[in-house]
Amino acid sequence: MSERLRLDPIRCDAHGVCAELFPEGISLDDWGYPILRAGPIPADLLEHARRAVFACPALALKLVDDR
Amino acid sequence: MTKVDPRLESTHWQPGPAGLPRALHGIHPDRALSLAEHRDLHGPMALMRADDLIAVTGQAGLHGHGGAGFPTATKLQAVAAGRRSPVVVANGSEGEPASSKDEVLLTRTPHLVLDGLVLAATALRAREAIVAIERTRPHALEAVAVAVAERAAAGDDPIAIRIVPVPGRYVAGEESALVHLINGGDAKPTAVPPRPFERGVGGRPTLIQNVETLAHLALIGRHGPEWFRSIGTTEEPGSALLSFGGAVSRPSVFEVALGTRFESIVAAAGGESEPVSAYLLGGYFGTWVRREDLWGRHLTKNDLAPLGASLGAGVIVALPKAVCGLVETARVMQYLAEETAGQCGPCVHGLASVSDRVNAIARTQTTPKMRDDLDRWSAMIERRGACKLPDGAVRFLRSALVAFADEITEHQHGRCQATHREPLLPIPHAGRDWGWR
Ligand SMILES: Cc1cc2nc3c(=O)[nH]c(=O)nc-3n(C[C@H](O)[C@H](O)[C@H](O)COP(=O)(O)O)c2cc1C
Ligand code: SF4
Repeated sequence: MSERLRLDPIRCDAHGVCAELFPEGISLDDWGYPILRAGPIPADLLEHARRAVFACPALALKLVDDR
Repeated sequence: MTKVDPRLESTHWQPGPAGLPRALHGIHPDRALSLAEHRDLHGPMALMRADDLIAVTGQAGLHGHGGAGFPTATKLQAVAAGRRSPVVVANGSEGEPASSKDEVLLTRTPHLVLDGLVLAATALRAREAIVAIERTRPHALEAVAVAVAERAAAGDDPIAIRIVPVPGRYVAGEESALVHLINGGDAKPTAVPPRPFERGVGGRPTLIQNVETLAHLALIGRHGPEWFRSIGTTEEPGSALLSFGGAVSRPSVFEVALGTRFESIVAAAGGESEPVSAYLLGGYFGTWVRREDLWGRHLTKNDLAPLGASLGAGVIVALPKAVCGLVETARVMQYLAEETAGQCGPCVHGLASVSDRVNAIARTQTTPKMRDDLDRWSAMIERRGACKLPDGAVRFLRSALVAFADEITEHQHGRCQATHREPLLPIPHAGRDWGWR
């Protein structure tokens, strides 16, 4: 089962740590808010994605099953 | 054992009005139909079991009139499938400034809407039936309060109806915002999932339908799906209320069959009152379309889709040639930017940035780079809010960039051909309700 990131845009406060920890899957827009790459996360990058999820001070990122 | 309401057992259809209007049948120009008048006109209210109502609504092919055009039977089914007894909400918020069809329904024929609400609520064995109405529409609130009192006195509704006043904000009528408000919070959208049909008011599965959708449902319950399908097209049966404004001789709310030719609709609004350059379809979430692209088309999804347009919640505005479409677009973009619930970064910052640029273009203080910023930011904002406010604003903006491409070039040369300086589109300002509860 593959996983993907889901962002709660209401919780997100543009801290930007996620994009630092997981640049392969997350970039920032012109105002510093994360843009998630679409689709499932490749297995070899999952560890980075998890780290981004745990580091978000706003608890705005989640890993969910890619359905 | 509880007694079964005998009205649930009857499935014979009463004859309905042959043509149009349907929802607006027999209305009085300046007051609401009383309960007695309403029953004389439309006959007794229909009640049904959930399975029957879902089947009949599906056969009728009823779609929502709140903007998204979602099949109503699918929503009924989803709420009926929940474990807990649900809540049903009639959405009469009508946050769209250019729309007044919901207010016309609620102030002229409130009992038709309430019949639809009670029909859905009893079929689903709902715990509560609620009507949500914007506080900025006091006539609607008043008319529904009177109607609810009349029904309580008559005593033939199996369920009580509660009225919830909604703050006058564009996003307050979005379904998760309504749920949050009714649950005691601010009328701001919440992150989904869960969607209201899964977990809504009081944590219960919640059916939220636009008030016009419920009016059509009340008629389907009485006259049956075949009657409903006897006007409109095979794919899009039935009728819709339009709020037609701008440069026409009779700006008003009226009912048309779905699939009607655009020219006939303009004629029903009294015809163009001066030369028209474009039409706004679907309100401030909608699309600008050049007049010549609309001529000869019908009011169907198929005809409008190639234009990137849809009927939305039924708003149509004729833009006179003498009025600058870019100025009108800038006014709406600023309004939408101010109407952000302030929760999602791309909505707060993105819409403000876009609004700045569109304003500069409208004032002919523009460079080609500004046009590029708008394309880039549109892509950056889309689908990144908790609700669809940013998406609606982007759709509106993109349509303006296409419809008014020539005007943008003119403005880049510091020129504007428009002669009227009076603003056209309604933007709520004076006495605006800025609260969130
Ligand atoms: C920002 C926003 C504002 C909305 N405002 C309204 C509104 O004022 N009235 C309404 O009926 N639906 C509104 N909607 C749509 C509702 O969320 C919901 O889809 C609708 O009430 C469902 O009814 P229907 O299926 O009968 O159309 C809004 C949606 C969004 C995204
Ligand atoms: S997208 Fe905008 S209006 Fe919608 S919830 Fe987020 S901040 Fe509020």
